[in-house]
Amino acid sequence: MAKVKFDILESTCVSIPFENVDTDQIIPARFLSATSREGFGDNLFRDWRYKKSGEPNEEFILNNPKFGGKILVAGKNFGSGSSREHAVWAIFDYGFRAVVSSFFADIFMGNSLNNGLLPIVISDELLKKLHSLIQKDPSTKINIDLEKQLFTILSTGDSVKFVINPYKKECLLKGLDDIDFLLSMKDSITGYENNKNMVR
Amino acid sequence: MKAKTLFDKIWDGHVVRSIEDGPDVLYIDRHYIHEVTSPQAFNGLKERGIQVFRPGNTIATADHNIPTKDQHLEIRDQLSRNQVERLSENCTKYGIELFGLNHSKNGIVHVIGPELGYTLPGMTIVCGDSHTSTHGAFGTIAFGIGTSEVEMVLATQCILQPKPKKMKITVNGNLHKGVTSKDIIMYIIASISTGGATGYFVEFSGSAITSLTMEARMTICNMSIEMGARGGLIAPDEITFSYLRKITAIPGVTDFEKSLEQWKELKSDPDAAFDRELEFDASLIKPMITYGTNPGMGMAVDSSIPLTDGDNKEASASFLKSLDYMGFKPGIKLLGQPVDYVFIGSCTNGRIEDFREFAQIIRGRKKAANITALIVPGSKKVEEQMASEGLMEVYKEAGFEVRQPGCSSCLAMNEDKIPAGKYAVSTSNRNFEGRQGPGARTLLASPYTAAAAAITGKISDPREFITELNNVKK
Repeated sequence: MAKVKFDILESTCVSIPFENVDTDQIIPARFLSATSREGFGDNLFRDWRYKKSGEPNEEFILNNPKFGGKILVAGKNFGSGSSREHAVWAIFDYGFRAVVSSFFADIFMGNSLNNGLLPIVISDELLKKLHSLIQKDPSTKINIDLEKQLFTILSTGDSVKFVINPYKKECLLKGLDDIDFLLSMKDSITGYENNKNMVR
Repeated sequence: MKAKTLFDKIWDGHVVRSIEDGPDVLYIDRHYIHEVTSPQAFNGLKERGIQVFRPGNTIATADHNIPTKDQHLEIRDQLSRNQVERLSENCTKYGIELFGLNHSKNGIVHVIGPELGYTLPGMTIVCGDSHTSTHGAFGTIAFGIGTSEVEMVLATQCILQPKPKKMKITVNGNLHKGVTSKDIIMYIIASISTGGATGYFVEFSGSAITSLTMEARMTICNMSIEMGARGGLIAPDEITFSYLRKITAIPGVTDFEKSLEQWKELKSDPDAAFDRELEFDASLIKPMITYGTNPGMGMAVDSSIPLTDGDNKEASASFLKSLDYMGFKPGIKLLGQPVDYVFIGSCTNGRIEDFREFAQIIRGRKKAANITALIVPGSKKVEEQMASEGLMEVYKEAGFEVRQPGCSSCLAMNEDKIPAGKYAVSTSNRNFEGRQGPGARTLLASPYTAAAAAITGKISDPREFITELNNVKK
């Protein structure tokens, strides 16, 4: 588990506006054979990023030097499909620290929060506007203030409050770890086991 | 007392502690692991210098990254071999029961769990695999988790989880001949889209659900993740109990009748409230097929691809991108479309009943010359059952080779890849771009529809091949 701290992030963005981007697109299954968490960024969006020959696909946004930054602005229903945490490791390993969409798949959302990658949900309208702003001007910057839960597009001044579970917010702000927390509850867990009317 | 759904009853009974404004600490009864999503979790335990808290509650198998041919030989791919070996080492080190490669009970995690009696009504079940929802067919809360959560379960037998909302999906009415539970769930997903149940845990009910066998119910719950649901479950009933009764030794159950008494209590209260309720009519469902690159892009096999998926610009761009990948145009019919591959297997349709259905159509017929078929049983037990029922001969006579068990071409981590640009009618669960190999074009369907494609070499309506005579099943 990553003990990653997150407070304020200000960065340019990369826009990938497609809807329903699934975890197989983020990291194809054939790259899941590693037994460590590192290095998955090399294969992030592999089949969009590289041609069959292995050469970079110049048309794909990650290969366009004009665009870059620590914030991935995605399309609606991002991260559906497999539970593979490798998808989040790949995005994080590549250098992104936040993902923005109007709708995330549940497991992807949980995996992101467990790895210090902040998923931010904004409205469909604002997402649409943001994609076109970035495409027109790659220097478009966003400020994310986790403490205040504020998401601000600096050039336009659009600022919205985003939702995050207070427990997860605390974990990210302080770099706390879920497993340390659960381990500290061992007595309660054993107590639960002893009292439980096991339905077996 | 407030009326409760089955989901609430099981969930609330497993909460060790509720964190204010936070997730629940949920106790996990059964944890399944496999080679792909567990190694990093074990690394975490090692780094912390801690042991597995309850090794007896975790069951392991190797399924995702194994070959389906010559399983007795060393795995050729070095990374895959390392991953499978790592699982064995970790299971030995931490005292976890492993049904690994070449074990007589090996198979896909979601096939062997139920068939060996590890999945029981009322349990909470997790696995680092989104299709863990399969086990909900037994009236369990079962869902897929990430590797960080696998580590949580190994370390403490608990995970931190916000409680999802509840949805009830009722399917009433009679299914037509040639229409299976796969078609029911594909129909529902096509109706509500891949994000239609995101944030919810779904209870399936209604006469078209309760009349299904356990195998067919597992197919429904399996694909509940494909509409975004956290999981799906079906209240246990006489069909569930009779399935469990046939398992010779259920681990942990010493007095079956006593357990049965408790399992019989597992149902939603009649006036329990759901956050959302949907109803479907089974008699309107035809054999389904997907035409795009997510499971929501499905239609009746005899209908035409829609012209657009709406007037939203982004949706339309994604829709066209998807059709372009598939090599299809809006508005065309798929009947008669030539196919190159047929895959039957996976945790969705790799159980004995699925191979019986496929056999019903291929019996006495021949595989089309243009078809390469991958016939992959879900487990060693399914393989044995196929042999004992004489299905191996039926497959052989029709020109089909049966592989050894594994996840195989469903996610193509092993060598069972569909080549770029080729069309595969597949009984698996995902038609994502590249899912079955880079550039592969997947058309999801039932075992019947896959069989019809296998003998005609093109997309065909399975109803034409099911006569009253061979429709008498089992």
